[in-house]
Amino acid sequence: MDFTRRETMAIGGAALLVASLPRGAQAATVDELIAEFTGGADVADSGVELTAPEIAENGNTVPIEVSAESAEAIMVLAAGNPTPPVATFTFGPLAASHYASTRIRLAGTQDVIAVAKLSDGTFARTSKNVKVTIGGCGG
Amino acid sequence: MAEGVRPRVKVPRSASAGDAITIKTLISHPMESGQRKDSDGNTIPRSIINRFTCEFNGESVVDVKMEPAISTNPYFEFEATVPEAGEFKFTWYDDDGSVYEETKAIEVG
Amino acid sequence: MKTRTMTVAAALFALSAPALTAGGADDDNLTINGNIEMTTKAEPAAHLDGALPEVISGWHFRSDETQELEMDDFDNPGMIFVDQAREAWNTAEGSEGKSCADCHNEPESMAGVRTVYPKWNEEAGEVRTIQMQMNDCRENRMGAEPWKYDASAAINMEALISSVSRGMPMDVATDGPAQETWEQGKEIYYTRYGKLELACASCHELNYGNYIRADHLSQGHTNGFPTYRLKNAKLNGQHSRFKGCVRDTRAETFSPGSPEFVALELYVASRGNGLSVEGPSVRN
Repeated sequence: MDFTRRETMAIGGAALLVASLPRGAQAATVDELIAEFTGGADVADSGVELTAPEIAENGNTVPIEVSAESAEAIMVLAAGNPTPPVATFTFGPLAASHYASTRIRLAGTQDVIAVAKLSDGTFARTSKNVKVTIGGCGG
Repeated sequence: MAEGVRPRVKVPRSASAGDAITIKTLISHPMESGQRKDSDGNTIPRSIINRFTCEFNGESVVDVKMEPAISTNPYFEFEATVPEAGEFKFTWYDDDGSVYEETKAIEVG
Repeated sequence: MKTRTMTVAAALFALSAPALTAGGADDDNLTINGNIEMTTKAEPAAHLDGALPEVISGWHFRSDETQELEMDDFDNPGMIFVDQAREAWNTAEGSEGKSCADCHNEPESMAGVRTVYPKWNEEAGEVRTIQMQMNDCRENRMGAEPWKYDASAAINMEALISSVSRGMPMDVATDGPAQETWEQGKEIYYTRYGKLELACASCHELNYGNYIRADHLSQGHTNGFPTYRLKNAKLNGQHSRFKGCVRDTRAETFSPGSPEFVALELYVASRGNGLSVEGPSVRN
């Protein structure tokens, strides 16, 4: 789902967006979470990096990395999971870089989203589609 | 407390003052998501580690809010600045109220 | 890793055309902790008689992300369980009040053991796996309860014993008193089981490198066991893995610890002779 927060704001708020989306319930959850994180502020399309595999061999353990220069916090969401929140990293004064890596669960092929709160008070987001393969054997 | 929970932390033994170092942490924990069902069809209740923090000499490096989408045996890698000799403190908070702690001293030379 | 693009392209092909021959093993190199050089491709043993042109570790059939998890002991979640076994190694159990360490000192004294198992035991007059040998110690030297086959305590201990042999070549004996068991294992390997009428060889000899739906088939070697699998986030034993494979042919399976699986373990191990011990490896 390639919609931006900016567009959302432009059309006058989340409710309208939800109504216009084919998979509204799911999108609303992600959207609400982002709105909660940003307090409804504009979200830029650059300023945060997300690294994730294009294809994950198993959705149970998918390595991801997030980073943003001067981020205070980075929230990670998995749009297609039963519950989208994954983690929120809040960086302290002794964080040498605003970078973190972890391993996450993805219930299927979906977009992973990272939203960063930057030190100047603005927000940035990015997303990456991760294909989760379905094994042939499961042995 | 979930059974057999064991933290592992990788921190260099020494660094130069002001250096950025890489820290890796891993803790054995099932991270039961609350989405699974047992063989009788009953939902297995959620039981996860919901927060991880790293501090150095009392000052925060990173504070992570963790959700059920974090994999079994949670792993984190991040970078810390080492202003002086001291001690890293790592803390994991379990849904069941358990707190798992690990400390690592680092020398500055 | 340069083969990534190819692997990804191959996987995409496979998703749209399952029968397509694509993929194969990559040509990355495996070094663990920057200092354990692993032999992941080897000359086939003479007994294979041309069945495999090259013996290739399952590591080469995994994605770069999965491969990387095995390259550092900290990144490898299987090492958590090796740590647990190290503690168990030093813990006295049973009526004799003995621990593994009381007889065997450090776990490092077991270096090389993993390479030759399953192995003929003269006294018992049978081929034994490492788990059978561990239970012999537990029952007869420690006066402790034997572990259930492939129970997590047993697999963890097997992983510890395996970990101290990493980098050493697999070298199980196929002749002498072990030959009969080896022949039995070979028979099982080539027998078609289940409603799907699949032998081990159907997938792991004739179709390695191909995709079975989205799974990239390996040669099915056992040098990486016990294996930390991403799908269940724990260490997996060889017999449990065999059971999973046989079950998926829609057959009644043999049980972990059964004579059939002991024989199969020996035969499959011998197919991988020459590959480095990798256990605990990381697979999908």
